[in-house]
Amino acid sequence: MIPATPYSAPAKLAHWLIAALILAAFPLGLYMHELPLSPEKLRLYSYHKWIGMTVLLLFMPRLLWRLVRPPPALLPGPAWQLKLAEATHWLLYLLMAAVPLCGWLMSSAKGFQVVYLGLVPLPDLVGKDQALGTLLADLHSSLAWALMVLIVVHAAAALKHHLIDRDDTLRRILPFVKLPSGDTRP
Amino acid sequence: MSSPRLAWSAVLLLAGAAQAVEFNQVQPEETKLVFTSKQMGVPVDGGFGRLTGQIRFDPAAPSAASARLEIDLASIDAGSAEATEEVVGKQWLNVKAFPTAGFQSTSVKALGGDRFEAVGQLTIKGQTRDLIAPFTFRQEGATGVFEGTFVLKRLDFGIGEGTWSDVSTVANEIQIRFHVVAASQHENVLQPH
Ligand code: HEM
Repeated sequence: MIPATPYSAPAKLAHWLIAALILAAFPLGLYMHELPLSPEKLRLYSYHKWIGMTVLLLFMPRLLWRLVRPPPALLPGPAWQLKLAEATHWLLYLLMAAVPLCGWLMSSAKGFQVVYLGLVPLPDLVGKDQALGTLLADLHSSLAWALMVLIVVHAAAALKHHLIDRDDTLRRILPFVKLPSGDTRP
Repeated sequence: MSSPRLAWSAVLLLAGAAQAVEFNQVQPEETKLVFTSKQMGVPVDGGFGRLTGQIRFDPAAPSAASARLEIDLASIDAGSAEATEEVVGKQWLNVKAFPTAGFQSTSVKALGGDRFEAVGQLTIKGQTRDLIAPFTFRQEGATGVFEGTFVLKRLDFGIGEGTWSDVSTVANEIQIRFHVVAASQHENVLQPH
C-alpha cells in the first residue's frame, strides 16, 4: 500500500469547521423560512446569516491556503473516479462561496443590511429591489440544495473509500488520527 | 373687474414684506415622515404615505406658532411586505381600532438661529404622551421647510405587545424623522386662478 499523506492541520480545521457551519445553516434556513413572523424568526434569520457569513469569511483563507499548500495527491483509483472527485471538490468550493454570497446579495436587495454578529455592519452589495430580492432568494435556495446534494455525494464517496475500499481517504483528513503508514508530514 | 382683489393682494404682500410671513398651508405631497427601527441590530427604514396637518408658524414670532399633524397609520411601509402586514395588526398599531396617530403642539420656542423646539402631545393607539421635538426651519421661496428627528419608545405606546415586547429583537427606540413643507398664505392669494 502506498503510504498516504495526511492533510495539513489548517486544511483539516477549515474542512470540518466549514462543514459543520454549512450543516447548521442549511436546516436552519429551511426551518426559519416556514415560521410565521415573530421575534424567534428574526433571531433565527440573524443566526442563519451570521453562520453563513462565517462560511464566506473562512472560505477566503481556506482557498488561499489550498493554493499555497496544495493538498496531498488523491489516492490511486480509476481515472473516472479521480476526475469526478476533483470536479466535486472544485464545485464544492464554488458553491460554498456562491451560496452565502447570494444570501448576502439577497439580503441587500430585500432592504436588510447584514450586521455580522449584530456588531459589524457590512456594506449593502446592491440597492433595495424587491424583484431582484425574490429572484436571489430562489437562486440562494437552489444553490443551497445543489450544495447539499454535492455534500451527500462527497460524503458517500468518502464512506465508500473508508468502508468498502478500506483505504486512508477519509482518515487522512480526520483530526486526531495517526495514519497507520506512519507518515505524519503536514 | 378683479382689480379690487389684486389691490387687496398687493396690500397683503406689502404687509407681508414689512412683517414676517406665516406658513400655514401644509403641502401633503412634499411632507414626509420616515422612521428607522432596529431588528437584531439591523437598521430597517420605513415611512408613512399619508399625513395631514394644520400649522401656523411665523419664524419671527415662534411662540405664537401651533401645529397639529395627523398620520394615516394604514399608509405605513415598514420596510418589507411581511413587516408591513404585521405592524398594522393588533399587537403593533392596531390600525382597525386606532386608524390615526396625532401630534398636537402646546408651545413652540426658539432655540437660536434656525433651531426651534415644539412641545406637545403625541397620541398613538389611544395613548397620549408628552413629546419634545426639536426642529430646524428654513424658507425656500414661498414655502417653509420644517425638519427634525426624535426618538420614540415604542413600548410607551404599547406598539409591539406580547412576545414582541422583547426589545432584544426589535429595539424599543425608533428614530423618527419629519420633513414638513408648508406654504405661506400670500402665495396662494397671489396665485392666478
Ligand atoms: C453556507 C451558507 C448558507 C447555506 C447553506 C444557506 C442555506 C439556506 C437555505 C437552505 C435556505 C432556505 C431556502 C428556502 O427554504 O427556500 C436559506 C434561506 C435564507 N438564507 Fe441562507 N444559507 C447560507 C448563507 C446565507 C447568508 C450568508 C445569508 C445572508 C447574509 C443568507 C440569507 C438567507 C435568507 C434571508 C433566507 C430566507 C429567504 C426567504 O425568506 O425567502 N443565507 N438559506
